[in-house]
Amino acid sequence: MLLAVLMLLTSCESPSTLEPRGPRAGLVAGLWWWLLLWATVVAVVTFTFLGVALWRSRQDKPLDKTMGISGEKFALLAGAVFPAIVLLVITLVTLEVMAELDEPAGDNPSHVIEVIGWMWWWEVRYPGTDAVTANEIHIPAGETVEFRVSSADVIHSFWVPEIAGKVDMMPGGENIFWIRADEPGIYRGQCAEFCGLQHAFMAKLLIAHEPEEYQAWLERESQPAPEPVDPVLQRGQEVFMENQCHFCHAIRGTEAVGIVGPDLTHIMSRQTLGAVTIDNSIGNLAAWTADPHRFKPGVKMPPVHFAGEDFEALIAYLVSLE
Amino acid sequence: LATLGERLDRLYSNPSGFYGWLVAVNHRSVGTRIIVTAFIFFLIGGIEAILLRTQLIQANLDVLSPQAYNEFFTLHGTTMMFLFAVPMVEGFAAYLVPLMLGARDMPYPRLNAFGYWCFLFGGIFLYASFLAGAVPDGGWFAYPPLTGPVHTPGLNMDFWLLGITFVEISAIVAAIEIIVAVIKFRARGMSANRIPLFVWGELVTALMIIVAFPALLAASVFLELDRKIGTHFYNPLTGGEPLLWQHLFWIFGHPEVYIIFLPAAGIVSAIIPTFSQRPIVGYNLIVMATVATGFLSFGVWAHHMYATGIPFLSLAFFAAASFMITIPTGVQIFAWIGTIWNGKSVFKTPFLFVLGFLVIFVLGGLTGVMVAVVPFDLQVHDSYFVVAHFHYVLIGGMVFPMFAGFYYWFPKMTGKLLSENLGKLNFWTMFIGFNITFFPMHILGLLGMPRRVYTYQTGLGWETLNLLATIGAYILAISILMFIVNVFRSLKAGEPAGANPWNGGTLEWAADSPPKNYNFLINPTVGSRYPLWQDDDIYLGENVDARANSLVVEPHHAHRATQGTSALYAEPDTIVRLPVPSPLPLLLAFGLVVLFASILVNLIVPALLGIVWTLVIGGIWLWPSEGDFVE
Repeated sequence: MLLAVLMLLTSCESPSTLEPRGPRAGLVAGLWWWLLLWATVVAVVTFTFLGVALWRSRQDKPLDKTMGISGEKFALLAGAVFPAIVLLVITLVTLEVMAELDEPAGDNPSHVIEVIGWMWWWEVRYPGTDAVTANEIHIPAGETVEFRVSSADVIHSFWVPEIAGKVDMMPGGENIFWIRADEPGIYRGQCAEFCGLQHAFMAKLLIAHEPEEYQAWLERESQPAPEPVDPVLQRGQEVFMENQCHFCHAIRGTEAVGIVGPDLTHIMSRQTLGAVTIDNSIGNLAAWTADPHRFKPGVKMPPVHFAGEDFEALIAYLVSLE
Repeated sequence: LATLGERLDRLYSNPSGFYGWLVAVNHRSVGTRIIVTAFIFFLIGGIEAILLRTQLIQANLDVLSPQAYNEFFTLHGTTMMFLFAVPMVEGFAAYLVPLMLGARDMPYPRLNAFGYWCFLFGGIFLYASFLAGAVPDGGWFAYPPLTGPVHTPGLNMDFWLLGITFVEISAIVAAIEIIVAVIKFRARGMSANRIPLFVWGELVTALMIIVAFPALLAASVFLELDRKIGTHFYNPLTGGEPLLWQHLFWIFGHPEVYIIFLPAAGIVSAIIPTFSQRPIVGYNLIVMATVATGFLSFGVWAHHMYATGIPFLSLAFFAAASFMITIPTGVQIFAWIGTIWNGKSVFKTPFLFVLGFLVIFVLGGLTGVMVAVVPFDLQVHDSYFVVAHFHYVLIGGMVFPMFAGFYYWFPKMTGKLLSENLGKLNFWTMFIGFNITFFPMHILGLLGMPRRVYTYQTGLGWETLNLLATIGAYILAISILMFIVNVFRSLKAGEPAGANPWNGGTLEWAADSPPKNYNFLINPTVGSRYPLWQDDDIYLGENVDARANSLVVEPHHAHRATQGTSALYAEPDTIVRLPVPSPLPLLLAFGLVVLFASILVNLIVPALLGIVWTLVIGGIWLWPSEGDFVE
């Protein structure tokens, strides 16, 4: 049983808190194994006493024959003194780990990233650049990054189990913390505060790059979208503007400056659609655009009400936004 | 000439027929109603849980729509906390406290009945949201701004807020009732150090309700004002503060956990001595632990808010307080183990449920210490780990003792024993089903599965454990069905119990099973904690019938009355007149229904009528009548 549990805990498919990929989660994973050890000790002690008590209580013995120590003393020693010592140790370790989480070890943050929660997606901004993206947070691996998180509507919570525990994203306030990913990789996280109908499909990917790669990505992401020259793409852009898509979505370099939906300037550079609801591909993009509610019922984006050439042009235009 | 017993029985009986049912105020009628109604809500909350678990049995199912899932988890939490757990512990109190104290009724029987009607109407009010198609969907914790006027414009949260306000009223009046009963209605000689531990648990719980529930009442009134008349208590865009809700909610919400647990611990403290056939070990320690838990529980609320951005320095205090509260609980657990150690165990069903409680609750307590560790909590907060933790402490800490209590006191309430064989099967299926359901959830949380998600994607390693948890939930459901079968079988053809089937030591076992309408022919006198074991002469050596008959002519035997005693040493000092059956409690609660329903749909005039109705009925209720005064 225990072996099966341990195997499950270390299976690699899950976004597991116990396979940390950065110091913030690493501190906590170490803490967990240590807490588990203490909990096991206390459980074994308690259940041993209970077992012996039950065994003794079945013996034929005069009722006045007791455990050889007054019941009060026993309850105080086993129930108060013993746990108090364990808890004192746990308190000291807790304070130590809290101090380490509060201040980034060693170097100061090299970058600042802002994440804003929306029902039910994540807006990601890189202050000092024009880069704005959604549902994917790119960071340089091996560097400490400062995160500033807040919300545009209700309370959400930032959580990437392999990298960092939760920090709530409050409307009207900003919470600041640091993160570091040791190695390049893709780490999945989900909103951890119930935020309404589609709380279940509000996920994000934290993508850690080699530092140079990250700089290149940031520069590319900061560029506006190219002006379309192909007539089909031009028609697609017109369809985008004529059908109110631009009320919600921004495409930098065009007149689309909406803010309540994800920035689409480089949508095809993203791996997923609908906050990690489906993979991003041309087919999925078309299907999502036609009716996002098929994949994520109740999502704020309305289905489009036209088809045929205009729709194809629109998709072609979106696909060109790499 | 009728004997005194017959005459008293008539004096204390409810009027016959449906009208009699509506006007009943006797504590055992009201207590039974609260218990049965709360159990029905337990079944409803359980069916909701089964639906939730069925939706999660596999990835990407749509047994429930996202909206339905959110509604059902909101109702599951709300029902289990507000409509099951709190009323259930108050139902146990309403039925048992007067019997354990040797009194004839609760001090304010009409208020008791009023509390029941508020509870019933509050529950119906909440579930009436199905008729309006606006079922609450913001979680039992109802965090704004999600539950505010912008993000939940429909009536959903209004049903929730007004419904639980009813239940809050009911909880508060029951608490007043319990406090006064314990202070004034104890048997002669039942000084503070002889009060049964179950009664101590209920007393501390009642005091906690008086302090904790007003915080929730204030929070919900603020939110309803935000929703109905556009105030901005919780609106961050206009300078309101969503965190205010969380503080107020958890200042209520964490004591709430102990409000449920302490009476359950009291049940355990009542059952373990009986099935060990010896007095409890460490009575004074248990009383002190109960009181200490009550105090400390008000200093730990922010451990529900570790992730909100409160500075770590402040959180450190809440972490320390949360560690501290385990110590009084530890003392209780080892006092119970010491009692078993020194006693002779009788392995009957109530005792098995208590042992199940000990195992599950200790495990839940250990994960409780873990989640009090701030950095660890930041990982598992709002994940399935927490779901596992609090079901271990709530089902382990309250539902197992409750079933122990059912098996223990059912014979007292009905005069019939429940079947032992079915009872043991009931226990083992519940114990195994519980662990199969909730143990895997610890691991799910560590593997990153958040709470309150209506489905999950494949390939995240969550499928097997969810399947297992759902299978466990079905086993639990079957176990509960066994209990229901056991109850109906026993009511029909159960073995007669006699007054004291378990050889219990406290006063409730001196009354008949079921007790006569007047509980005790004359108010008993005690000289120890376990008067029936010490052969205390609870009727002072007199021939009860003769003595009682000699009292018939006294005026206070012409109407309902019980003996009042002094607070500390329980010396008789008054005769308290008790009211007769009355329609006033129902009528007063009805006025509140009119008021709340009118607020719900924004009707001013009916709302005013509801207020006037409530005030008029309240006035009639309070109008002094002859003989109302303490003699």
